[in-house]
Amino acid sequence: MSAVPSLRANIKAGELEVSQVSKSYGDATFRTEVVRNCSFKIERSKLTVMIGPSGCGKSTLIRLLAGFEKPTSGSITLNGQPVTGPGHDRLVLFQESALFPWMTTWDNILYGPRARGEVSRQTRELAEFLLNKVGLAQFRKKYPTQLSGGMQRRAELARAMINNPAVMILDEPFRGLDAMTKALMWEYYSALFEETRRTNFFVTTDIDEAIFLADRLLVMSNIPTQVRAVIEIDVPRPRTQLDLVENDRANEIKMQALSILHEEAMKSFSRGSKAAADFVEAYSKRVSKT
Amino acid sequence: MSAVVATAPQPRPRAAQSIWHHHLVRAVISIAVFLVLWELGARFKLPWVGQVPPPTVVFNTWLPLLQDPGYWYSWVQSSRRVLSGFIAAMIIGIPFGLAMATSRMFHDISFPVFEILRPIPPLAWVPAAIIFWPTQELSIGFVIFLGAIFTIMLNVLGGARSIDVRFFQAARSMGSSNWDIFRRIILPGVLPSIVVGCEVGIGITWNVVVAAEMISGGGGAIQSSAGGGLGFFIWNSYIGFSYPQIVVGMISIGIAGYISSAIIRKLGQTITPWARTR
Repeated sequence: MSAVPSLRANIKAGELEVSQVSKSYGDATFRTEVVRNCSFKIERSKLTVMIGPSGCGKSTLIRLLAGFEKPTSGSITLNGQPVTGPGHDRLVLFQESALFPWMTTWDNILYGPRARGEVSRQTRELAEFLLNKVGLAQFRKKYPTQLSGGMQRRAELARAMINNPAVMILDEPFRGLDAMTKALMWEYYSALFEETRRTNFFVTTDIDEAIFLADRLLVMSNIPTQVRAVIEIDVPRPRTQLDLVENDRANEIKMQALSILHEEAMKSFSRGSKAAADFVEAYSKRVSKT
Repeated sequence: MSAVVATAPQPRPRAAQSIWHHHLVRAVISIAVFLVLWELGARFKLPWVGQVPPPTVVFNTWLPLLQDPGYWYSWVQSSRRVLSGFIAAMIIGIPFGLAMATSRMFHDISFPVFEILRPIPPLAWVPAAIIFWPTQELSIGFVIFLGAIFTIMLNVLGGARSIDVRFFQAARSMGSSNWDIFRRIILPGVLPSIVVGCEVGIGITWNVVVAAEMISGGGGAIQSSAGGGLGFFIWNSYIGFSYPQIVVGMISIGIAGYISSAIIRKLGQTITPWARTR
């Protein structure tokens, strides 16, 4: 084997399967069901994007997939093996940065191998390679607060990738970035995905982001969350920002997804408010007239 | 509503601006203005300030004291007591706070007792301290220790509690053991709060030093009237009707507290380099 690390080397892409999963919080008197009988598959070597109205339970699903919490019923399996707790085969990139503020970029990237006592010359070389790959070689000795938002996300990608997870789980990772940086991160991240073909699961509320990135799009319902639709996004890769505007297929998918999302967002909007419910009813009458 | 007119700040000559913007210059001016107002207030017998000796008189009392080894010995005495009480508070307070933050059980058992003891002012502990401890020095050290420990402990507990849960989740996902999480997440995560706790805590130890040194009741080893520490120095000056000396003692404690906090702050900055960039 060559000593030069590569992104393709040793990638063992996994497949996550969620079947009949429900998750409730609270006790018998005040119970909230966040996820109900939810089933879907995160296919091997694909970029699956989950989109849903805000507060629909996407973050709960992520905590279940990562193993931070256990489902009330149903099962989650990785390559057929049940998920029982957190593990470095499923790594999560959180909303906003979860880089350790007290560690430099370099120490953050090497966190996983050090935690498992796996630091060798090879892991150091891999860390070096990833540091260059995310363009932060000159920032190795900087602390996270000294990095820009985009740099922090890239450092976090490198920190996850060095552990060679079977599935990468990203929870609205580009939220809070400015529009320019966000668009650059989309391109950067999808190029990275195309290069590695690692199984990726990406959660977002941004339809443009979803269509730009996804192989498969899971459109989620309002709470208690379920899959409303699965859309295969057959727009060829690599994609450009222009595709989002000009590609007919991309626009068709966007319309399709938006109409479902709109319906679901209306439901969550009207929950618990008479005035909002009246508005939704009036709105639906107006739509049916046209 | 008043109309708000946004105007660009007037460009000023660079030299004048840079001098005024230097924080040391501001500090010197602020102290100078304070001294002038004090002097005027004392000279013209304004209410309240009129009873206080003016700074010139205080300064004239201070000058000969600067050559008196007894005065400096008071500094050494007080600093030694503050330092030992404070170090004891750190040695016990930091692990205690960490244990409360990491173990629910330990927290539930110790917190009620801690919360009952916490509001008792260190001054109220003085008689008990004299009875409990075999030597005078231990009694003084104990009162100073009580002044600092609760602040340090509470800061450690609060700091550990406020560590982002995602850090634990990320660390756990990447394969960290409990010990690893304690060493590489909790400890560094709580370090800035330890620094803040110590900075506030050492200020409090100087606050209680007067009360603590009243226990000493005299010069201790050196029989000079100023040998019992800065707190005793003040008390003794009061007994001897030497009002300018009281003020000298007060300012000395103020300066000592300022220096201690500054040292802790500097040390804190070097051990938490990441917090500086915020």
